[in-house]
Amino acid sequence: MSAQRRPFTRRRKSCPFSGANAPRIDYKDVRLLQRFISERGKIVPSRISAVSSKKQRELAQAIKRARFLALLPYLIA
Amino acid sequence: MALYENVFIARQDVPTTQVEALTNQFAELVTGLGGTVSKKEYWGLRSLTYRIKKNRKGHYTLLNLDAPPAAVKELERTMSINEDIIRFLTVRVDELEEGPSAVMQRSADKSDRPGGDRGDRWSDRGPRRERPRFGDEAVPAEGVEE
Repeated sequence: MSAQRRPFTRRRKSCPFSGANAPRIDYKDVRLLQRFISERGKIVPSRISAVSSKKQRELAQAIKRARFLALLPYLIA
Repeated sequence: MALYENVFIARQDVPTTQVEALTNQFAELVTGLGGTVSKKEYWGLRSLTYRIKKNRKGHYTLLNLDAPPAAVKELERTMSINEDIIRFLTVRVDELEEGPSAVMQRSADKSDRPGGDRGDRWSDRGPRRERPRFGDEAVPAEGVEE
């Protein structure tokens, strides 16, 4: 059953921060963090970005640090 | 001793030389209290994504420290007193990175564009070439860019 492609099931994407040459999560790397915030400036949920929960916690921390330093916005009005 | 990264933002109307002086002053303070400063990195005048104490821009500086907690505490205390410093953050890290940080790697593009990352997309294109007129048949346009 699993071999056949069923409708409405998507292949699970893997976490962008795991694997051999995955980027390091760093609050200074604005360009990287920007990919994980929405248009309004919110942190994208991991169910959408497919980040693993461990890395998502790290990522959230980094985004919040970047916000504090005004590298990222708290909200985009 | 523990490893720390410290980023501070100085007011936008402080001259660059004074930011440098401040950086040295802080570094001396840390070394005076038994720490070492392994890296001082000036990120330049960057635009803040929101206003901090009526400032829209600020001079960012990163310091990598290996210092005892007392030195960090004293550093933060001096920074909070100094009126030219509008914000600072000290983070404990497991290891200090060598070489330029992520901010420097993407260099000086976009520095004062409030629109974010997208302003400079075309800057790495070469100069415009003559556009072939409509109706001109000989258009060997492919591969000219390379």
